[in-house]
Amino acid sequence: MADIAFLLLIFFLAATTMDSDTGLMRQLPAIPDPNVPQDVNKINDRNILEVKVNKDNLLLVEGQLTEFNQLREIAHDFILNENDEPNMPEKEVVNIPFFGNVAVTKAVISLQNDIGTKYGVYIAVQNELIAARAQLRDNLSRQEFGIPYEKLDEDRRGAIDDFFKVPISEAEPKRIGGDQ
Amino acid sequence: MAKFIKTGGKSVKALNTSSLPDIVFMILFFFMAVTTMRETEVMVTVRIPDATEGKVLEKKNLASFIYIGEPLEAFQALYGSEPKIQLNDSFKEIADIQDFIAQEREQLSEADKTKMLVVLKIDRDTKMGVVTDVKQALRRASALKIMYANSNVDKITTLY
Repeated sequence: MADIAFLLLIFFLAATTMDSDTGLMRQLPAIPDPNVPQDVNKINDRNILEVKVNKDNLLLVEGQLTEFNQLREIAHDFILNENDEPNMPEKEVVNIPFFGNVAVTKAVISLQNDIGTKYGVYIAVQNELIAARAQLRDNLSRQEFGIPYEKLDEDRRGAIDDFFKVPISEAEPKRIGGDQ
Repeated sequence: MAKFIKTGGKSVKALNTSSLPDIVFMILFFFMAVTTMRETEVMVTVRIPDATEGKVLEKKNLASFIYIGEPLEAFQALYGSEPKIQLNDSFKEIADIQDFIAQEREQLSEADKTKMLVVLKIDRDTKMGVVTDVKQALRRASALKIMYANSNVDKITTLY
């Protein structure tokens, strides 16, 4: 009996893996339909935080060479725009459940990379941007509901997401095509 | 002094093993519960990047995997050492991704088709050119939900 059980045990040890996969969830934009006229309403320049990573893995934020470890703070301050500065994102009053009429930021983060950028750096940069947004959402959740964002129910989480929408968009690549 | 002289042989009573199968079965069931079947043999070297914000992939049955990285040494004679794309059990090109997605989508039930997720397991040293091409191919195949696989760390220390 024990022999059979050992046999099965060894089989399962060999044929299975224990690691659970973790990763950054992203939604790709759909390919624009050429027959549908494109949205001509350009996003106001002050609302966009432009992040570029070049082939030498150097970081350019709003045209300024930036150290990687400053990125999170820059993104944080940009989204929040505490003092309503004119070169930082606009705010728009909208009605959100649980919050009522509140001024919500219209910030958008645009991430661009070069063909030669390393994937690891690209992910690290994206991670910082997501982290800055997640931090703001979590702070708001604690302040408003007294519990961390992770533990919120779906409705409340949706409300917080509406408050700090901040889409992180990936710019259309300059070179489109299948060949390498 | 007779009372110090041992009488009889030095026989140790055999350990009672009648509960051994129970114990082994217990371990077996534990492993069956916490592990998942290995589905594909990975033929490329993939050191996934570090990140702090990774979320756990919960519904593994909705996920399809795309691996990108240098082929393992055993395959390098045949495929070279440039990063290659692996779909299921073979090396493929960008043009094959659309078929792969269609095929994977076919295996899902009607209700799950919209929830399909593509997990990209890409080596951290890969150049973004390949990654962008794959992303464009996924957009063309309208597989828009993707996950960049990473290993979770508390803090990103180096930017390699």
